[in-house]
Amino acid sequence: MLLKFDPYGIYCPQADVYIDPWKPVKNAIITHAHSDHAKCGNQNYLSHRISVPILKFRLGEDIKIRGVEYGEEIVMNGVRISLHPAGHIPGSAQIRLEYKGEIWVASGDYKLQQDGVSTAFEPVRCQHFVTESTFGLPVYRFPEAKQTHADINTWWQKNKEEGKASVIIGYALGKAQRIIKHLDPEIGTIYTHGAVDNLNRLLTKDGLELPSTTRVAGETNKALFKGNIIVAPPSAIGTPWLKRFDPFSVAICSGWMQLRGTRRRKSADRGFVLSDHADWDELNTAVKETGAENVYVTHGYKSVFAKWLREELHLNAVEVDTLYEGESLNEGEAKENNNETDAEYEEIR
Amino acid sequence: MKKFAELFTELDQTTKTNAKIDALADYFAASDKADALWAVALLTGKKPKRTVKTSELKLWSMQLAGVNEWLFEESYHVVGDLAETITLLLPVSETQADYSLSGMMALLKTLDMKTEEERQQIIKEIWMQLNTPERFVFNKLITGSFRVGVSQQLVIKALAKNYKLVESNVAHRLMGNWIPETSSLENLLFNTDSTEDLSKPYPFYLAYQLDVPMETLGNISDWQIEYKYDGIRGQIIVRRGELFVWSRGEELMTDKFPEFEILKEALPDGTVIDGEILPFNGDEPMPFHVMQTRIGRKNLSKKSLADAPLAMMCYDLLEHKGEDIRMLPMSERRAMLETILEEIKEKNPSANAILKISPVFACSTAEEMIVLREASRDRMCEGLMLKHKDSLYEAGRRRGKWWKWKIDPLTVDGVLIYAQRGHGRRADLYTDYTFAVWSGDELVAFTKAYSGLTDKELVEVDSWVKKNTKEKFGPVRSVTPELVFEIAFEGINPSPRHKSGVALRFPRILRWRKDKSINDANHKEDLLDLIQQLSKPA
Ligand SMILES: [Zn+2]
Ligand SMILES: [Zn+2]
Repeated sequence: MLLKFDPYGIYCPQADVYIDPWKPVKNAIITHAHSDHAKCGNQNYLSHRISVPILKFRLGEDIKIRGVEYGEEIVMNGVRISLHPAGHIPGSAQIRLEYKGEIWVASGDYKLQQDGVSTAFEPVRCQHFVTESTFGLPVYRFPEAKQTHADINTWWQKNKEEGKASVIIGYALGKAQRIIKHLDPEIGTIYTHGAVDNLNRLLTKDGLELPSTTRVAGETNKALFKGNIIVAPPSAIGTPWLKRFDPFSVAICSGWMQLRGTRRRKSADRGFVLSDHADWDELNTAVKETGAENVYVTHGYKSVFAKWLREELHLNAVEVDTLYEGESLNEGEAKENNNETDAEYEEIR
Repeated sequence: MKKFAELFTELDQTTKTNAKIDALADYFAASDKADALWAVALLTGKKPKRTVKTSELKLWSMQLAGVNEWLFEESYHVVGDLAETITLLLPVSETQADYSLSGMMALLKTLDMKTEEERQQIIKEIWMQLNTPERFVFNKLITGSFRVGVSQQLVIKALAKNYKLVESNVAHRLMGNWIPETSSLENLLFNTDSTEDLSKPYPFYLAYQLDVPMETLGNISDWQIEYKYDGIRGQIIVRRGELFVWSRGEELMTDKFPEFEILKEALPDGTVIDGEILPFNGDEPMPFHVMQTRIGRKNLSKKSLADAPLAMMCYDLLEHKGEDIRMLPMSERRAMLETILEEIKEKNPSANAILKISPVFACSTAEEMIVLREASRDRMCEGLMLKHKDSLYEAGRRRGKWWKWKIDPLTVDGVLIYAQRGHGRRADLYTDYTFAVWSGDELVAFTKAYSGLTDKELVEVDSWVKKNTKEKFGPVRSVTPELVFEIAFEGINPSPRHKSGVALRFPRILRWRKDKSINDANHKEDLLDLIQQLSKPA
């Protein structure tokens, strides 16, 4: 077996490299810069070029990191390694490893729906496929993102007519840029929370095109927010930082908003279903398109999805325990204190 | 159906009262009278008869969705709601049809006359013509689980606003057992012939828990002070020789109380009494659970009647000689009530045993009230009722003129031992807990409780649960005994079905006792002692 799951992460002994290790190792390939997949303390990092500045920003300027392009091949002790678009967030990659005819793909987090800010997912043929399962249940079949973006703009417009500011919540990395990309600047000014603005700067410097935004600063005149929209990370929910926008309406963008219970439990006025993870249909499509016989199901509804793959698609599917966290909502409350994390669902066993 | 689903979504999305009233009033303004009538019925909790089995719905939705049984069950467990699970599993509909609400309800009613095959065809066809919010509402209706976050009072306000009517009149008109199939909005709201429905009760006047300082009550002797009994609040109506008994939940329960039949003759025509129905052993009230067992029975045996004889503790008189006297002051209504009951006492001893008058206590200071309140528990009561002697009998829950002043709840400290994912709005968190007390050196489960923690605490406990799981049994996790919570409850009964030997009434989490360790938790003996203390006769 070319890859194995050990206490440090997903390991390739032949190349002596880990994919998204959760404890410090010598060589780490990082699928994407979300904090549950990119930990600090590794000696050497390798990631997609777009993730490099973000990883330096989040893990420290002094990390030793090499950036590569999608499809660029690297050979490590005979193992041919390449990165392929995962469609999850800008710079997110599936890692393909090939050695003596054995091909593995570790997909990290991914989605098939195009979001306008990430390079679109590309299926990669392999024999062994490592997949997430955040939304691995058939009740998660997400509506067209196009409609959701239109609904967001309608909501903003309505709030504006009622003399309110709109606060829209999404992860600072990926989701926030996706939201901003599809906001209609004709309606008003787009403001950003500092955490969002930091990432916007890094990503636009790298070529991402976004409508122009203004960072919320302590001295910004409160009257200016009326009728405008503020893009903020989940950590902002329920904090005094929001007070300055009063009166405002707050909406959360997440795949979890698919369920009425979650929509109602969150103290938001609206919930928009907008996910950076594959839904049920996408997970099935992705698995089928790899042609893989062996599937390793990580974070999410892994037992359900693995059982489904065994019974319905007759694949060798097993669940694998990892310390990755699915897209989650309680980030703000749970642990984000000084550095913003982009996931929170702790499934530690 | 589209408009009604939009209304539902709006009501579901907001917690703001005014937004709800506006949404309702807009709906009434934009709908025809047949739809508006059905909306009033559904929003005030009238449930259509179920004409399709849930097992059928489950099967048909599985077929359309291409999902097998275990996957359906997994989905249901995560979603926590059958109607929503089906809504989400079904493939996206490609065509859209707009049914009227009344048309849809009429169609549903015909389903039980159809064969299974026909039912299947109709339901599947409707499913595939509805958008997601409509589908959800439709599923809620056919599964008989339609509920919406509006109080009757808001519906009343919106109707009054839209049709320019007086709120208290609308409130009275919505009472009773009218059914949308045979009523019309005109009849319900505008018809002036009030004799039409003899059984129609008055809206109950409900009190809030006293939460203002004693000083603001003014002169204590201006208040009528009674015990707050722990039974079923009800109205006894005698009109034209017929008897009707209503519960506060607006359920007509006449046949649950065969012993009340004699009141037909005993009470003068045109009498409506508000009171509390309780089990009595002579003049001694018995614990609530005695009545609960009896009410739950389908068929009343001689034995169950004898074991739990019921009577009404009369609080108030609402109708006298056929006249609505709710706008007379409390003191006058009370005097009239006493006169009626005095007459019965002389003429009809068996009716007298059923109609007891709720004693009024003379207090002139707050201190006297506190002493009285403490004593109330010995009479199986939950505290005091304070009613201003000038108060009119109003509709719904209101502040100011009536207060309930309940005794502090009973509490016990329990250790968290099992956690389960919540349902519905808490489907992604471990929020349903089982607590244990000590029995010797062993922890035994004694109750489940969920409400009571803040969202922040829920998240904290949820993450703790995930890190401290010992074992998983399906959806349930056993956790390391470490966290202690204070559980409040309203009553405690012996229960051989429970390992701890007790069952609590209305258990809820009062607070997380971070200051306590598991050694500080209560013992089983403490609970048994409580039962002893509470069941002691006065
Ligand atoms: Zn991610
Ligand atoms: Zn992930």
